[in-house]
Amino acid sequence: MRTLFSFHGGVHPATHKAESTRTPITRAAIPSKLVIPLWQHVGNRSVPIVQVGDHVLKGQKIGRPEGKLSSAVHASTSGTVSAIDMQLVAHHSGLPDLCVTLIPDGKDEWVTHAGVDIAHTAPAELRHLLRKAGVVGLGGAVFPSDLKTDAHHHQMRTLVINGAECEPYITCDDMLMRERALDILHGAELLRELLQAEEVLIGIEDNKPEAIAAMQLAVTQAGYRKMEVLSVPTVYPSGGAKQLIRILTGIEVAAGVRSTEKGVQCFNVATAYSAWRALAHGEPLLSRIITVTGNVSHAQNFEVLIGTPLNELVALAGSQPDTTRHIMGGPMMGVDLPSGTVSVTKATNCIIASSPKLFPPPAPALPCIRCVRCADVCPADLQPQDLYWFAKSNNFGKAQEFNLADCIECGACAYVCPSNIPLVQYYRYAKSEIHARSVEKLAADKARERHDYRQFRIEREKTEKAQRLAQKERDAAAAKASFDANLAATENAQQQTINEAIERAKAQAVGTHALNTEALTPEQLAKIAAVDARRAKLHELAANAGADDEPPKS
Amino acid sequence: MISALWVMIGISLLLGTVLGYSALKFKVEGNPLAEKIDAVLPQTQCGQCGFPGCKPYAEAIAKGEVGINKCPPGGEEGIQKLADLLGVEFQPFGEGAAPKAKALAFIDEQTCIGCTLCIQACPVDAIVGAAKQMHTIISSECTGCELCLPPCPVDCISMNQVGEDIGSWKWQHPVIIPIKIAA
Ligand code: SF4
Ligand code: SF4
Ligand code: SF4
Ligand code: SF4
Repeated sequence: MRTLFSFHGGVHPATHKAESTRTPITRAAIPSKLVIPLWQHVGNRSVPIVQVGDHVLKGQKIGRPEGKLSSAVHASTSGTVSAIDMQLVAHHSGLPDLCVTLIPDGKDEWVTHAGVDIAHTAPAELRHLLRKAGVVGLGGAVFPSDLKTDAHHHQMRTLVINGAECEPYITCDDMLMRERALDILHGAELLRELLQAEEVLIGIEDNKPEAIAAMQLAVTQAGYRKMEVLSVPTVYPSGGAKQLIRILTGIEVAAGVRSTEKGVQCFNVATAYSAWRALAHGEPLLSRIITVTGNVSHAQNFEVLIGTPLNELVALAGSQPDTTRHIMGGPMMGVDLPSGTVSVTKATNCIIASSPKLFPPPAPALPCIRCVRCADVCPADLQPQDLYWFAKSNNFGKAQEFNLADCIECGACAYVCPSNIPLVQYYRYAKSEIHARSVEKLAADKARERHDYRQFRIEREKTEKAQRLAQKERDAAAAKASFDANLAATENAQQQTINEAIERAKAQAVGTHALNTEALTPEQLAKIAAVDARRAKLHELAANAGADDEPPKS
Repeated sequence: MISALWVMIGISLLLGTVLGYSALKFKVEGNPLAEKIDAVLPQTQCGQCGFPGCKPYAEAIAKGEVGINKCPPGGEEGIQKLADLLGVEFQPFGEGAAPKAKALAFIDEQTCIGCTLCIQACPVDAIVGAAKQMHTIISSECTGCELCLPPCPVDCISMNQVGEDIGSWKWQHPVIIPIKIAA
């Protein structure tokens, strides 16, 4: 027997699950129209690839995934595309989003489809097929499954399959486990193979004995050795992924840490089922099990085509005139839908028709008396009263310091608060503000970087220009200098030639003697000496007058 | 008495040398306060503060030359952040400096004549195009500074307000209270 762990806190609200488990899952009829949102998953909105007027077949892709974090969207039945426009969607904001409206032709005609041989297909290819089939987490988080089946090179120990379904009123996973246990297990084995995990632990709350029995029987039938079905104590919120991982393995996964880093990954039972249908049978995610309960005449689970209008679905369970609003999800974590005309999506696990009788409006909130009952029940071991104070006063930095990110918005704190403070609303508010700020901050950082680079570029262009200019100037100066030098050199050469000629003439003059001056008489010699003396005198005079370069006359 | 005096003088000389040395040795490059202020500013680079960008404004605040209420894109929250950072009082926006809703520039590509004037004006290089070719704005990079509007000779750039969709939608405060003013 495996020892189970427990998490801090938790509450025990009335479960109200019996109402919707009396009848088996019923296939909901094809509605009059399907409004299929193109954004039903975490990540980027899919891009429509059909046109108004196109005839599409059941299972035909109508939206292709955009970017890595995205998923495909398909036509849930055969029919004609009548519009691709903004429609009110099942989102608490009450804002419209891009949807494909399909008028069914009633034939429910499938596109050609076939499963693959899983054992002989590469894991990367299987992941790609999951993405193409639009398989996302059906526990409510709608995170694309192809990305969650990638262990990112971490050694995986445990794959946790979440069948806890702890939230009151919701029974879709319970019914799925009772009726389709084998397909869930095949899916679980498939996910285990993809993650290369050593074991599969299936956690189911002990208030679902039928489901536990069905699953255990299926494990024996299928003969999966590395798989174990575990009954966990019923305490809300044991179905939170982190809480169930903690119960089954004892591992704590902090906010912002991928559970794969700790060697564990968690999938919902319905996701495992859909992954199996997609790969083994080639069926994309076209429908899901939805619990319709609350203020209806016969609450039950339906297998519903994605895109079915809420009103038509609730009518199948017998809608009541005093219904005032619809809650998507359970009473603890669910959100109000803006209208009954919105359609169901991959995230819709439960619809609770609500009336003032069923859920009376909450009493006005009173000041916090710091009784710390909220802290006693918080499964994330937080201090909800402090978080409330920080969120209320817009002190988001402090809220982050007190690990607001770890809050799973389970509502256990608000459930026990004697002052009726809508605590979760404050946390959601603070979280979305913090998120918006971090988006802004990223944008600002990017803008700063781009601006700095631009400044740098302008500066660089300026210096380059200046350098080019300076270079040009230097070149011009150098050219002028060399021209001058050439000129001077030529002039010098000319002068030199002249000087040389003068020298030669001088030398000639010195070496010249009159031929008739040999064998002279002494008188003649005396006369010559006298003449020479006179000449020397004249030369001297001439030299004094500055005309010494005159060649001597002979 | 005299010896005590000498000891004191000795200590003061020693400490003075150490301090003087470390002031030179461990000198911090740039202005750390201006950088901290710049980190808080929205980086719209619009110049509405009267400076040619966020960094010059940050430097001027760091020097104490201007008030902290000159940046409309930062909003009152931006002023509050600056006040917290600098430990000064919150100052409301002055006349005509009220913040506007965020908008992104959009070029009417039919009218654009490809003059490149807007490219030269954009502080974050968010406009692509070449001479005599149609220009367009990379909306993910546009800060909404409006600096590209005045240079356009054919007035083909307009500012489109950013609408809310289910991606950018935020949960409301359960009780609407005014933004925290002064701590
Ligand atoms: S339970 Fe309510 S009243 Fe008590 S400490 Fe928490 S928030 Fe305050
Ligand atoms: S909603 Fe958040 S704070 Fe409240 S109990 Fe749940 S995890 Fe704790
Ligand atoms: S006014 Fe414009 S340029 Fe000045 S700091 Fe604010 S965003 Fe930056
Ligand atoms: S495109 Fe226009 S509004 Fe946008 S950042 Fe550039 S100059 Fe500013």
